[in-house]
Amino acid sequence: MKIVLQNITKIFPGRNKKVDEEVIAVNDFNLEIPDGKLIGLLGPSGCGKSTTLYMISGLQKPSQGKIFFGEDDVTELSTENRGVGLVFQNYALYPHMTVKQNILFPLQNLKGDDKLSKQQMLDRAVYAAKLVQIDDLMERKPSELSGGQQQRVAIARALVKMPRVLLLDEPLSNLDARLRLQTREEIRKIQKKTGITTVFVTHDQEEAMSISDMIVVMKLGIIQQVGNPQNVYDDPVNLFVAKFLGTPPINVFEGSVKEGKLYLDGTAVMDVKGADDREVFVGIRPEGFILDENGPMQCHLNNVEVMGRDVSIVSTSKCSVNPVIRSIINADNKVDASCENVRFSLKPHKVFLFDKQDEKRIYFEVR
Amino acid sequence: MVDNKQQWKAWLYLSPAIVLLLVFTVWPIINTIRMAFLEGYSGLQAVGGINYSFGFGNFVKVIHYNKFINCLKTTILLCVLTVPISTFLALLIAVALNSIKFLQKGLQTIFFLPYVTNSIAIGMVFAAMFNIVGSFYGTENEIIVTAGIINNVIEFFGGQSVNWINYGSTYTANIIVLTVYIVWNALPFKILVLLGGLQSINTQYYDAAKVDGTPKRRVFTHITVPLLSPMLAYVIITGFIGGFKEYSSIVGIFGETMGPADDARRLNTMVGFIYDALSTNSQGTASAAALILFGIILVVTLINTMVGKKKVHY
Repeated sequence: MKIVLQNITKIFPGRNKKVDEEVIAVNDFNLEIPDGKLIGLLGPSGCGKSTTLYMISGLQKPSQGKIFFGEDDVTELSTENRGVGLVFQNYALYPHMTVKQNILFPLQNLKGDDKLSKQQMLDRAVYAAKLVQIDDLMERKPSELSGGQQQRVAIARALVKMPRVLLLDEPLSNLDARLRLQTREEIRKIQKKTGITTVFVTHDQEEAMSISDMIVVMKLGIIQQVGNPQNVYDDPVNLFVAKFLGTPPINVFEGSVKEGKLYLDGTAVMDVKGADDREVFVGIRPEGFILDENGPMQCHLNNVEVMGRDVSIVSTSKCSVNPVIRSIINADNKVDASCENVRFSLKPHKVFLFDKQDEKRIYFEVR
Repeated sequence: MVDNKQQWKAWLYLSPAIVLLLVFTVWPIINTIRMAFLEGYSGLQAVGGINYSFGFGNFVKVIHYNKFINCLKTTILLCVLTVPISTFLALLIAVALNSIKFLQKGLQTIFFLPYVTNSIAIGMVFAAMFNIVGSFYGTENEIIVTAGIINNVIEFFGGQSVNWINYGSTYTANIIVLTVYIVWNALPFKILVLLGGLQSINTQYYDAAKVDGTPKRRVFTHITVPLLSPMLAYVIITGFIGGFKEYSSIVGIFGETMGPADDARRLNTMVGFIYDALSTNSQGTASAAALILFGIILVVTLINTMVGKKKVHY
């Protein structure tokens, strides 16, 4: 089911009536989510991503704008009539019911033509449970399950009524690191298998990048960039998106462009043909550095961290905005950790220029 | 663990509390048990130097008292009537209070008022409300008038006034008045506990139910009540314990006669029986009755917790 969000705005009234302090949680949000895809809403806390999810679910009504599922306008439709499955951040499994009762619960609410016989309900519940591999835990109570198992029960409960849209609110935030890795693969697998259009919310960029077909980066209720995760990573439209995606995070410098050359700390480090002369922020991905004895960029070497496959070089420079510069180099390069300075040359497609004022991307020709 | 040399200090600091507890709690309990098993024990005579033999005579005497059996009947009847009614009403009111935003605090205060009002005072107000004034001997010159809000309301709707609590009133009428009074008096505490329980239920359960299109009634029976079951169990157990100790409500409405003028002591309860025994200097009987009351409360509470274990979730 294709989901279209048209000019969606959500305004929360201020708590104090005397002071006008209403909060615009989501501002003029326009997005088309293609059918059968897995979409990640990504942003720091307070960016309006959960609010957007709840507006799609119908638990919250948008202040302005329209929401379409396929061709149907569902803006005024109540939650239960939208056919959405929602998985809550802390799962909201009914603690007094067994896993089976939890999964059956949505089916028992069906009325009229949709009403199922007891056997049909059970078949559907078992099917959903098998899908998430919890069919051997049906008689347990949620308190007797691990976090990952509870998570799966929650997904089964959302899937059992065969929703048109599956919504997941921070689905992995309550799991430990290992389980998170495993569960995100499983969410991806289940989504592929069922083909249900799925929207999930996360503040973890790695999580979003790893499983989404498309990510939506948000900041303060405004969409920053939409696209395929790799494209967004390789081609950020502004400094915020560049900083938000990637681990370790992008290195930011203050520099300037003069006559087609990029200057850092008074030294020309790279050709940036096509960019106008001005003061800029320079973002360089950690993998954008090449260890080069004759490289134009000189940094003060702090330490070298060997991480098996890669070597991480931690250095400092006067023009760096971050306290340290982190660069990741292939371990084949021998780095002398006792040196005082280290020299780099740069990979042009890993270097982004941003305007100092509005932090928007400045494009230049990459040879 | 405190250093051995320092231990006397710990005991010193604890001593005021320990002494008070020993004198006013531990010793009375032991003494009650002692008196209950001394045949025909009476405090005054004991001071006079009479020795009592050990035995179960007090218990046998208490159980054979018609008065005691009547007290037991009234007490159990009141318990069985008031605990379910007040729990059910408190649940409805708590859910209603929890679901409104407007005037919630104001209404909460109103519902809580009976809790902070003296029960004897409330009893007197109830006595006035259920009063009936007029002639029951109906001499020709006398005009029969009824007062009391309840009877006025009944008459306003064209009904016959009822003699609720006065001379010549029926046992059923008396019990109805007591039930109304005790239920009303018991509501605030129960509402408070249940409201606290309701407000601690994570609203995500309700959101989840909403997404699944759960009808309101089903949300109440399948989500609210089970999630509230620990609070409900607590309210029911304390309700029964309170119910078995019922006394002041009857004094409040009927005065120390514990019944209408033509049949005094008709509405006496277990606690009333114990007071009466004490006032006639039969401490042995009183102690035996107190132990019987303790036994009944213990059994009822055990049954409650056993049922609770099956019904109370998580």
